Amino acid sequence: MAGLLVVVGVLVLATGFGFWRWHTDGTVRDATGAVASPDVVSESAEMLTENQLGEPLGSQATFVQFSSAFCQPCRATRLVLADVTSAMPGVSHIEIDAESNLDLVRQFDVRRTPTMLLLDGDGAVRKRATGLMRKSDVVAALAQVV
Amino acid sequence: MNDKNGQAESGVATAATPTVSTAPAPGMIDPRGPRFAAAITVVVLALILVLLPSIWAVVLLVWQAVAFGAAAFFGLQAQPYSRIYRSVVRPRLGPPTEWEAEAPPRFAQQVGLGFITVAMIGLAFGLPIVATVAVAFALAAAFLNAAFNFCLGCEMYLRYQRFTAKRSAAE
Repeated sequence: MAGLLVVVGVLVLATGFGFWRWHTDGTVRDATGAVASPDVVSESAEMLTENQLGEPLGSQATFVQFSSAFCQPCRATRLVLADVTSAMPGVSHIEIDAESNLDLVRQFDVRRTPTMLLLDGDGAVRKRATGLMRKSDVVAALAQVV
Repeated sequence: MNDKNGQAESGVATAATPTVSTAPAPGMIDPRGPRFAAAITVVVLALILVLLPSIWAVVLLVWQAVAFGAAAFFGLQAQPYSRIYRSVVRPRLGPPTEWEAEAPPRFAQQVGLGFITVAMIGLAFGLPIVATVAVAFALAAAFLNAAFNFCLGCEMYLRYQRFTAKRSAAE
């Protein structure tokens, strides 16, 4: 009997968590104020440079995707971002391996993958999202930055 | 990360070329297989929780350890539930519309094996509560995978990397 209660409890909690994640995955939020960095005193957005990312930024915007191994949504998100950015020459897509960039992971408090940071033309981090992104999420985020 | 199949995934139906469904790229599998296996796993783990700490639960625990272990050590194609999928379920479905890499589901099987191992150790030391907690976590993970296509590796792998890097930096 106790075992049955545990099963029901686990399934109920897991269902709640699953729906919450399904709802929040891919949701684009403003980056300012969402970054856990005690050193930041000013309200300005954090910046990312070509040196940190290893690739040139887009002239209008840059999608920075943190990926890791064993991450199937990372591959799916990569395909979506590549699809959107391929049609827009001023927007680039940079995918970085979270494991080998732990300094950036800590700076931007990246806890799971895929995490997406959207930079504007100057390299300022404007938006972020975690989880699988759909094309509509990506296009909407871009419209707010470009 | 394997990405040999460059099929774009968009939410919009297009007239683009359909995905090749016969021979996938190496390391790519039908994504419905692991979810089917996860559904079977949910049933088995739920049974274990209900039957603990009886001998039947132990039998099922050992069986589930074998199932997880087959995937963990020999690859997904060795997983008994995946074999059932391929022989019984898959022929009744159409070909998959997309493929996914084998590594993420295999990692999830390895994590499952870890939970089951903890459960068996708990029982061996006369602590059925340890077994219940460990199997409960495994059940949650399997259910999230089956019902929501939840990616356990996405959650665990980076947090684990951050944690272990922090430990080594402190020492």
